[in-house]
Amino acid sequence: MVQLTLPKNSRMVTGKTWPAPEGATNLRKVKVYRWNPDDGQNPSVDTYFVDMDHCGPMVLDVLIKIKNEIDPTLTFRRSCREGICGSCAMNIDGINTLACIYGADEIKGDIKIYPLPHMPVVKDLIPDLTHFYAQHASIMPWLETKTNRPVEEWKQSIEDRSKLDGLYECVMCACCSTSCPSYWWNGDRYLGPAALLHAYRWIIDTRDEATGERLDELEDPFKLYRCHTIMNCAKTCPKGLNPAKAISEIKKMMVERVV
Amino acid sequence: MAAYELIDHDYDVVVVGAGGAGLRATLGMAEQGLRTACVTKVFPTRSHTVAAQGGIAASLGNMGPDNWKWHMYDTIKGSDWLGDNDTIEYVTREAPRAVYELEHYGVPFSRTEDGKIYQRPFGGHTSEFGEGPATSRACAAADRTGHAMLHTLYGQSLKHNAEFYIEYFALDLIMSDSGACEGIIAWKLDDGTMHRFNAKMVVLATGGAGRTYFSATSAHTCTGDGGGMAVRAGLPLQDMEFVQFHPTGIYGAGMLITEGVRGEGGYLTNSEGERFMERYAPTYKDLASRDVVSRCMTLEIREGRGVGPKKDHIFLNLSHLPPDVIHERLPGIAESARIFAGVDVTREPIPVLPTCHYNMGGIPTNYWGEVLNPTKDDPDAVVPGLMAAGESASASLHGANRLGTNSLLDLVVMGRATSIRAGEIIDKKAPCPEPDQAKSDAILERFDRIRNASGSHTTSDLRLEMQHTMQNDAAVFRTQQSLGDGCTAIKAVWDKLSDVKVTDRSLVWNSDLMETLELENLMANAMTIMYGAEARKESRGAQAREDFPDRDDKNWRKHTLATVDQSGAVTLTYRPVHVKPLTTFKEGGIDVKKIAPKVRVY
Repeated sequence: MVQLTLPKNSRMVTGKTWPAPEGATNLRKVKVYRWNPDDGQNPSVDTYFVDMDHCGPMVLDVLIKIKNEIDPTLTFRRSCREGICGSCAMNIDGINTLACIYGADEIKGDIKIYPLPHMPVVKDLIPDLTHFYAQHASIMPWLETKTNRPVEEWKQSIEDRSKLDGLYECVMCACCSTSCPSYWWNGDRYLGPAALLHAYRWIIDTRDEATGERLDELEDPFKLYRCHTIMNCAKTCPKGLNPAKAISEIKKMMVERVV
Repeated sequence: MAAYELIDHDYDVVVVGAGGAGLRATLGMAEQGLRTACVTKVFPTRSHTVAAQGGIAASLGNMGPDNWKWHMYDTIKGSDWLGDNDTIEYVTREAPRAVYELEHYGVPFSRTEDGKIYQRPFGGHTSEFGEGPATSRACAAADRTGHAMLHTLYGQSLKHNAEFYIEYFALDLIMSDSGACEGIIAWKLDDGTMHRFNAKMVVLATGGAGRTYFSATSAHTCTGDGGGMAVRAGLPLQDMEFVQFHPTGIYGAGMLITEGVRGEGGYLTNSEGERFMERYAPTYKDLASRDVVSRCMTLEIREGRGVGPKKDHIFLNLSHLPPDVIHERLPGIAESARIFAGVDVTREPIPVLPTCHYNMGGIPTNYWGEVLNPTKDDPDAVVPGLMAAGESASASLHGANRLGTNSLLDLVVMGRATSIRAGEIIDKKAPCPEPDQAKSDAILERFDRIRNASGSHTTSDLRLEMQHTMQNDAAVFRTQQSLGDGCTAIKAVWDKLSDVKVTDRSLVWNSDLMETLELENLMANAMTIMYGAEARKESRGAQAREDFPDRDDKNWRKHTLATVDQSGAVTLTYRPVHVKPLTTFKEGGIDVKKIAPKVRVY
């Protein structure tokens, strides 16, 4: 009989509970996924207590406070702390989002923080995004033109430029792709919502002259058509974008060019 | 010391940093067939260029008359006559070409009715050599210009198959005995290995050091790493005392609210509801340069006219703007104000405060981006094999104060300039420098020492002490008292660095160690800022001395050069400002009479 076992490191154990700071009256319990590639141990969930009277409002503030004052070994990516660089994407209270713009007060009960789901973990809250980046690179994320460049700018009407709104703002945090069950199953071949949103951003740019080639590249049972309009991507996007809509627009263009 | 195996890589060029300057340099190098590696501690689109909002300056004249000489004049006046005029001419002349290039790369600029790039007014950008009205020179992609630019430049780099080494933390420059740069050593975060990049040219494009201050618009990763590496290599940093405080950081949280808000018609008010900038800058009002506006705000607060329960900040009003203007041109700051200040900008003002934003100073370079290490005989002596561009460099485009939107311009023009120069001086057929094992060992020894540091101060404690010191003693207004105290206090932090405690000893993504290495870099920057400011007995641009309120061109129209030795002794020397433009009036350049120093009024 076939034996099904969980992959190594998928069983989580209870980790360390760090002592609560003394004298604090406004404590939040914070449970954080930990995994260290060096020690051969399974991942664990550590418990910290944070004094919210002396902490910034966002989940990133909570993590930084833990790192600064309780446990310097806790590891996560962060940079701009204002929702534009996309570094601090993680799963907070069950939702893929950016820790820097997600308020701790939006969470009832304990604050539970995990890495983005279904990605290889490098350490603690840091997922390996190599494949995700390669998929973005594969959609030719640049302007392709064939006619001779003008000396000045390519002209584009305000209306045509507005077609890029809701697309170009993507911060490549990977929240959407890692929330997509179809991407979980077929992420090796399905490009996922983020890369497809970028693909559509260039397809719909009126300055671009490679629409045919771009659509040809996506004409594939896996790259594009594994989107089953589950819509987790749109629900989770911390920037309020709608990758599912971009994907359906690409599908529509595929149909339109054959009828 | 633990044994660290070095993995060697040979390149024509190694660019450190993948923000706007690093990517533009990388792209330009790769285009010419130079074997180029871009080494960066964060994935390129996470670099802080991504957070630039308002626009990139270029005299396209899409909204009305403009020309590069007006832009040149404004930049010189903005620099409070400390900028190098050859660099300023080069950059402002190149600006339109640079912006059209970005547009051709695919940057989604906002548009005018006739389909051209949309431009908005910005502080200090005027017409008719400061005699005419404010001009619209800031080419904008809504209020996300940096984001649009950075993502586009990253895409272009992919198109040119640039080689990236992502999440590699550069430790130090490898310098030869004769003072040439021969490469870098970097630590690969995701597997803990050590990499030696041997290169004919190293370009530092590592960004600013905003995190030296407690309240900064800068990202956590803006830790002045290039400055730190240069200082450890014995090279000077230039004009570090000039730190720009942006007038409109969100009160408390510090996030940037673009000057573009004022460009679109927003204005500042005090507790009496007065548009106080009309009093201080009668012509350009809220669109005076940033140093001026930040000082006026600070004065208003000091004189008891701040807003809020503690009367300690100022209001930025934009609720009078039509909602469709906000929606189309300022959507990003509307979002930031809602998230970080709880403000609906269509109804309420945004609480703001001058916040540390930009380092005008940096690694000194000429207008080709070649790093300078002045000698007694040659104030413009070049360091072979080393270039710098962007905020980490001081070219000096910005002098004592940067005009808004000139930084994005700086990145692409100077990033490109390094690649042009590198193309001229690098011999593709020549072999790479032979790696120097003793020099490499010294770098690894330092790394190992810090990795195993078991002193009594945590990294976060020392960082906080540094940040409070800088915030208290080297902020918008400075005095001999504050700067003298500041020198003592910041030196005390330097001394504690040898007693730092690192808890995490691992090599894979050891962010505790990385933050400690970054703290050392920050401290090199902080020392040069504080000591440079203490020594400069005048007020110029962002350096406002209450005890020396006037600009003193006779004694102080010169660049500060600061070196720091291992013991923390700061040595200051000076080099002359380049007052001569690149071209003469006859050759089509600016009339030098127009750019002679005068009283700076907006």
